[in-house]
Amino acid sequence: MANGRNSDDNQLRDRTGEKRQFTRRTFVAGTGVLALMGLLGGRMGQLQVAGHQRYSTLSQANRVKLVPIPPNRGLIYDRNGIVLAENRPNFQLLVTPEQIPDMEATLSGLRQILDISDAEVERFRDLVARSRSFEALPLKVRLTDREVAVFATNRHRFPGVEVEARLSRHYPHGSHAAHAIGYVGRINEQELQRLDSRGYGGSSHIGKTGSELQFEERLHGESGLERVETNALGRVIQPLGRRAPEPGDDVVMTLDSRLQRVAEDALGDQSGSVVAIDVRNGDILALASTPSFDPNLFVNGIDRATYAGLQENPERPLFNRAVRGQYPPGSTIKPFLGLAGLEHGTVDPDDTYYCPGYFTIDNVNHRWRCWRRVGHGDMDFASAMAQSCDVYYYNLGYELGIDAMAAFLGRFGFGRKPGTGIPGERDGILPSREWKRNARGESWYHGETIITAIGQGYFLATPLQLAHATSVIANRGLSFPPRILRAVREAATGKTVEAAAPEPERVVELDNPEHWDYLVAALERVIHGERGTGRSVGSDLGYRMAGKTGTSQVFSLGQEEDYDEEKLRRGLLDHALFTAFAPANDPRIAVTAVVEHGGSGGGVAAPVARKVMDAYLNPADGGGDRV
Amino acid sequence: MSELADNVATRRTTPVLQRILHLDVQLVTALLLLSIAGLAILYSATDRSMEAVQSQLIRMAIAFATMVVVAQIPPDTLRRWTPWVYLGGLGMLGLVLLIGTIGQGAQRWLDLGIVRFQPSELMKLAIPMAIAWYLSMRPLPPSLLNVLVATVAIGVPTGLIILQPDLGTALLVGASGFFVLFLAGMRWRIMIAALLAIVALIPVFWLFVMRDYQKQRVLTLFNPERDPLGAGYHIIQSTIAIGSGGVFGKGWLNGTQSHLEFLPERNTDFIFAVFAEEFGLIGVLHLLALYLFIIGRGLYIAVNAQDTYGRLLAGSLTLTFFVYVFVNVGMVSGLMPVVGLPLPMVSYGGTSMVTLMAAFGMLMSIRTHRKLWAS
Repeated sequence: MANGRNSDDNQLRDRTGEKRQFTRRTFVAGTGVLALMGLLGGRMGQLQVAGHQRYSTLSQANRVKLVPIPPNRGLIYDRNGIVLAENRPNFQLLVTPEQIPDMEATLSGLRQILDISDAEVERFRDLVARSRSFEALPLKVRLTDREVAVFATNRHRFPGVEVEARLSRHYPHGSHAAHAIGYVGRINEQELQRLDSRGYGGSSHIGKTGSELQFEERLHGESGLERVETNALGRVIQPLGRRAPEPGDDVVMTLDSRLQRVAEDALGDQSGSVVAIDVRNGDILALASTPSFDPNLFVNGIDRATYAGLQENPERPLFNRAVRGQYPPGSTIKPFLGLAGLEHGTVDPDDTYYCPGYFTIDNVNHRWRCWRRVGHGDMDFASAMAQSCDVYYYNLGYELGIDAMAAFLGRFGFGRKPGTGIPGERDGILPSREWKRNARGESWYHGETIITAIGQGYFLATPLQLAHATSVIANRGLSFPPRILRAVREAATGKTVEAAAPEPERVVELDNPEHWDYLVAALERVIHGERGTGRSVGSDLGYRMAGKTGTSQVFSLGQEEDYDEEKLRRGLLDHALFTAFAPANDPRIAVTAVVEHGGSGGGVAAPVARKVMDAYLNPADGGGDRV
Repeated sequence: MSELADNVATRRTTPVLQRILHLDVQLVTALLLLSIAGLAILYSATDRSMEAVQSQLIRMAIAFATMVVVAQIPPDTLRRWTPWVYLGGLGMLGLVLLIGTIGQGAQRWLDLGIVRFQPSELMKLAIPMAIAWYLSMRPLPPSLLNVLVATVAIGVPTGLIILQPDLGTALLVGASGFFVLFLAGMRWRIMIAALLAIVALIPVFWLFVMRDYQKQRVLTLFNPERDPLGAGYHIIQSTIAIGSGGVFGKGWLNGTQSHLEFLPERNTDFIFAVFAEEFGLIGVLHLLALYLFIIGRGLYIAVNAQDTYGRLLAGSLTLTFFVYVFVNVGMVSGLMPVVGLPLPMVSYGGTSMVTLMAAFGMLMSIRTHRKLWAS
């Protein structure tokens, strides 16, 4: 084959002939184009000149409209069949702004006969500003029978206003599991652009957060169409034909509503989060974040004052701490790091390391302090875990080095999204040389390795990440990807289709599997040992628990300052963390609890997690794991 | 020698736009006019949505920028890239079928993380480039063997696009390849034989390849009333819109068919009906004349291209542009089945506009990168 610009010349060719040939063919094509354009022009003449009279009449008499019929949205259940999101019929007062001659007069007229609050009017005005034109918008929802009757007698006074029975989304348990379930809201302009106009015809709502957003496609269904005859004002006279909408599928979440409730109650009015995972399959049983909010507020547009209240609340009720809250893991990172130390031979389970209350390295004039200022004395692997000795881990981390640390912890899922598909999942931060170079453009310092070893410094993890990593320990290296969808009940067939069981992956393979035993034994000593930091929850437990407390600093102390909880405002108190699984010898559940500014992990977060575990593992207390 | 002198003289007298930016003044002017008409009618069709007009404006800006960039690439470079563009496009098409994310009910998209990319769009350019590249290295008219090779090169990607399934794009891609063969002088008897073969294959297609909804569309064309809720409703309403526009039209923003929402998809595939309703036959003829001018200019560029590759490529791209116009207007006016093709530069939407303008960039490149010696 020839190449280069003179490729054509390698063969004997009749160039002029070819060019003439091309010109001829172009002429033929051009003639074809002209003829077909003429055909189009002719067709236009036929329609617009010859047919004009007829089509003009048809256009004026055009009374047949296609009215899309929105499908019924699928319901959301917890794993035991408790309804978490449903559709309730209710009477709504609908106003079509384009059909109202004088909006102010209409509004004040309506307010004379119906009880419409200022907040409702304000909410409605916001809605008008944000909605598509020619859309009937709710001014008031959930009208009483009396209000419906009152409006009916006055209807002639209000063109463009109607009362209609509509299904609207309702969350029967209010703020319960609100972050996990999410909520629907009215479709906005942006969403409109990317929606398939056919499937969403007539639909006014779409999932905005949580499962409502994540499973929008399944929940929504597909709109149908009705062909109707209308009068001159566009009002429907009679239906002519219909294609039924396809209702959305029901979604069954992995959540256990009862356990979720226990978690929420245990957190009480503290800000925090609880994540509970069934370690045997990765099902997320509880995904609690407090404080919570009432998702029903968002369904038909939230009024400004309420929204501002939620937005400006310093406790951030709208924030889903379980998947978005990124906390320094503090000492809860020690189990993972301890295992890394064992596996890399940095520490031996039986060797001891002396904790004088601080840690130093050569040539650096800095003392890294243990949380226990007077020191722990000689610490072996298990006692360092049970008493959460910082110095033992400073040394372990320093010897191990940041590269081995980051590589090993990465296998537990730190530093990347858990991949549940829950909207808004965060990555957390797994500090490493590479991360620091990319994120900060700086190189790594030794001192940072040392504080990373106690889960401080740049280290951040979400409660979901911690709970999942804990389940990997419970499973001795086997990872079940956490999931929130349990099954889908297909509307078309009525069949319940289980979500594909996640394929477990062996993410941590130890050269010496006995190290798992050492680790689990040490974690049991945290709870059941007499000096364990989690011993407050260890008494009168009906099962063996393996866990780790953590206290993560919200701000750093100067090295000679005294740490005095009493003097600190609550906002500056450390976050309390606790992560555990149980039963220790046959793990079924992993729970991570974070209480913001709670103070001590063992004292505050551990009892929260224990209540969830008790509810799950002691059926006598009202349940157990019904499946 | 006179050709050399001519070329030297032409080079001196060419306008700045052409000499420095490598743009063709006539084409740019016509395309700008078309864009303005498109924005005006879009404003009306979307019920005066400035938002829609703005986002369309951004897409147009991107499309024009693409055109300018492509126009800077000399045809020789385009030709050198051709095999890689084709093979890359083919590979990505295969990939789409394997892992493509579902978009709008069909697998057309490849998720590249930041942007979603439609390889079938690339094929609209890659096929005419590839066939022109292949044939330009061989004696013309092409031998039967070369025609067969080219047919396979066209058929495989077209088939992959049909599988997505995206009939509209498959039609364009297949046509663009055929145009190259036609312009290269493929013998009439081969074409007639091929035509007969296609006619013979229609039943096979109907029974085994076409999906139900595609069959419905064809059947609906012959009898719109049989599907008054779906495609038939579209055609009935759009012919009413066009017909009621009459000679002078109802005036901008005054179309009742569109504003009372009788006309479906009036922002996208059926926007021509809004135009016809509001601007009447006079407006329509002007719009068609504008399209005709663009096509005529394209063919002129093709005939005057300096080498076979440029000629075949320019000719095919121009005729493919015509197919867009003809299929869309034919569909909206009830001459053709409802095939989802946008009206170039007028319909709301961006992906195909960028490809289209890249094609015009190639035409301008062929027009403006002239060597002193033609080959």
